[in-house]
Amino acid sequence: MNASTPTLTARLTELLRKPFVWGVLAILLLLVVNLLKDPSYLAIRVNPTNGNLAGNVLDILRASAPIVLVATGMSLVIATAGIDLSVGSVMAVAGATSMQYLQSADAASSMSAALTAMAMSIALGAVLGMVSGALVAYVGLQPFITTLVMMLAGRGLAKVITSGQNTTATNEQFRWLANGYVGGFPVVFLLALVIAILIMLVVRRSALGMMILSIGINPRASRMAGIKPAGLLITVYALSGVLAAIAGMFAVSSVMTVDVSQTGYQMEMDAILAVVVGGGSLAGGKLSMGGAVVGALLIATLDKTVVFLGVPSSATPAFKATVILVLFLLQADNVRGLLRSRRPRPTLPTEPVDTKVSVAA
Amino acid sequence: MAESPPVVEMTGISIEFPGVKALDGVDFRLFPGEVHSLMGENGAGKSTLIKALTGVYKIDSGTVKVRDAERRFHGTADAQAAGISTVYQEVNLCTNLTIGENVMLGHEVRGPLGINRRATFRAATEALRKLGIGHLDPRAPLSSISIAMQQLVAISRAMATDSTVLILDEPTSSLDAAEVDQLFGVIRRLRAEGVAILFVSHFLDQVYAISDRITVLRNGRYEGEFLTRDLPRGRLIATMIGKDLEALASLESSREARHTETTDEPLLKADGIGRKGSIEPTDVSVHRGEVVGFAGLLGSGRTELARLLYGADRADTGTITLDGKKVALTSPVSGLDNRIAFSTENRRDEGIVGDLTVRENVVLAVQAKRGWARPLSRREQDEIVQKYIAALNIRPANPNMLAANLSGGNQQKVLLGRWLATQPQVLILDEPTRGIDVGAKAEIQDSVAKLADDGVAVVFISSELEEVVRISDRVLVLKDRAKIGEIVNGPEVTAQMVVELIAAHHEEPLPDGDPTDDPTTDGALRAPTTEGASAA
Repeated sequence: MNASTPTLTARLTELLRKPFVWGVLAILLLLVVNLLKDPSYLAIRVNPTNGNLAGNVLDILRASAPIVLVATGMSLVIATAGIDLSVGSVMAVAGATSMQYLQSADAASSMSAALTAMAMSIALGAVLGMVSGALVAYVGLQPFITTLVMMLAGRGLAKVITSGQNTTATNEQFRWLANGYVGGFPVVFLLALVIAILIMLVVRRSALGMMILSIGINPRASRMAGIKPAGLLITVYALSGVLAAIAGMFAVSSVMTVDVSQTGYQMEMDAILAVVVGGGSLAGGKLSMGGAVVGALLIATLDKTVVFLGVPSSATPAFKATVILVLFLLQADNVRGLLRSRRPRPTLPTEPVDTKVSVAA
Repeated sequence: MAESPPVVEMTGISIEFPGVKALDGVDFRLFPGEVHSLMGENGAGKSTLIKALTGVYKIDSGTVKVRDAERRFHGTADAQAAGISTVYQEVNLCTNLTIGENVMLGHEVRGPLGINRRATFRAATEALRKLGIGHLDPRAPLSSISIAMQQLVAISRAMATDSTVLILDEPTSSLDAAEVDQLFGVIRRLRAEGVAILFVSHFLDQVYAISDRITVLRNGRYEGEFLTRDLPRGRLIATMIGKDLEALASLESSREARHTETTDEPLLKADGIGRKGSIEPTDVSVHRGEVVGFAGLLGSGRTELARLLYGADRADTGTITLDGKKVALTSPVSGLDNRIAFSTENRRDEGIVGDLTVRENVVLAVQAKRGWARPLSRREQDEIVQKYIAALNIRPANPNMLAANLSGGNQQKVLLGRWLATQPQVLILDEPTRGIDVGAKAEIQDSVAKLADDGVAVVFISSELEEVVRISDRVLVLKDRAKIGEIVNGPEVTAQMVVELIAAHHEEPLPDGDPTDDPTTDGALRAPTTEGASAA
């Protein structure tokens, strides 16, 4: 921190104001904690026979894949001042659909069966998202209530699809989603990253981002400016549904079993936290998909750390909540201002000025 | 008057925002028992000075003295505790609460069982009576009274804390003449009680009617303090804008010279369009290159009619033809598709998207028309934005600034730019000059005249009748949600004629109002939010 040039300090303070930077710092901190417990935590092994990478970091990346996808969709929904609580249930629906179809198809190594299962799941996810979107856009129901209902309905639908069973199926191609490697990296992570980047590019390069933000900030003014909020809202919720469906397939493909009550359970919480960690605002009008991806990585790291440190499973939620609460506090401007005025650090040229003003005022 | 010491004395106030010196060594004094007007163009620093006084903004240098003691407030609550209360341009009250609760919010009378409602309402009635509006029922919901009455309630609320300084920031911008008279009655009453009043308004007549002293700001600098009786209007305006009003005078002559050219088929023709509960079936026609003014008081249906012409609201009855072809205007999208643009009077809620940049606000409608899949390139955006920043003189000329950080007049210009960028053939402007200063007003009026010369059909709505008469080729007069006449403009037409037309049109009984309506509120003065006037 002993930077001599004020421009560097200014740039650093500017950087610290970006919420996702705190997410990155939190990830690094968690990794350091793990390193202290086991100095070889970050070691990455290369499987000599097939060149695949393995290690804790790879486990984290693999686990982050579904969260990255769901958080990307969630960040768009939240930017419109909405919320999608149904993502976890949509994951279960997609998982149930895939497993049920593959079981009935009974084709252990058929590519076409795998593709059909994926297409059906994605289509169902899109339909569920569109229903939420239509209810929000045309009926004017509150997003929270609408997707809360969809959350219940989706979980129920998943159980109907599998007749309440935890369906198991075999299909090599489908299983490749979770267990395959490309270039040494797990397929799930690469796919999630590619999809997230694609969506980011589309939103950035088209006018979608501006319009979504505009709706989130001032829906009435947006309508008067000729933006059709209904179409945009339905698109955004449908996209969230599609991404949740893909995440659901990721979640079931590793064990090739859908657990209708556990698949995607509480994923909406993880996704919302990831978005907020990344700088989204539940009031709408803020969009940072890169931040959401950072948030998703943080959640995955946190999950793995909890297990690694041997935190008792009954204390896990409280531990997770504490870490995230501390992070939110650090992101909050006024908390940072409070910390700063308590212990002035004369090395930073801007801070003594701040303190002086607050004393004089 | 100046014998007693000032209650507030600000000296050498400077405030700097990133990149802008908002205030630069400004002096300001407030004397008890005096109305002091703060004048200046948009962005001159009036609101900043008020916020510096009430502690919303931190002062970089300079001193604030209240009753000879140097003070620095940390927010409006702090300032209020020192007896300085503010009533803002837009009424900041809770419409879901009762009148009494609004007056007493934060200082309710408390008893052993929490808030003593009866005593609270009694105190509220007392506060209302002090301002001569004791006839209001403190238990009635705030939403049941007109905007003007709400403004007075806001003042009672400010005075309920026994303030010695009252700041009124644009209190008259949404009031009509009779309501302004009522407000001025209240202000005079408070002045007689020794309250020091800081008054901000863009209406020169009002400033001259009410104020004893005027301080002028320009570009964040102090231009001088004058006694109102020593300052002729011409000199005031010259001080404010640094030039005289030739612009307005030349505008007048140009309109009068060319208003008779339109005899062909109208571009926009509406037959019997109406909407239940907002406007009776009405005929409107607008020719290419013609400016049609809608004149009428607040609540006369002028805004409601304009909204039907754009598709912001859907008409129940009637047909609209554009260029001879029948069109269905069911939504803003359909209006834009037919190259109709509508600039709303409700800038904050329906106009500006505050947390987007000026650039995004200007290109928003063009982009919405193209759809999200065909984005404007950065270069195209820059071209559009630079063009309108220059043409409309938007200040500061920074396309990357958040629109919310612009002054009201510049936000209005950004909105005008947004609509002009869509290259409309019909442009509907609802109160485009409300709450903005003389200079910006002249610029906007000038733009309207130019647009008409370029063949755009313009509908111009303003609560300033002089402005409507000055700028329009034809004036459509509305009253009580119906059209009562049309005047073809000419040299002999004056705002007085329009007023007489509205005043004379009294043979019909007023429509049945909401029974809970205050009986003293004249039908013609009713704010548009008041519901219940059924279609006769």
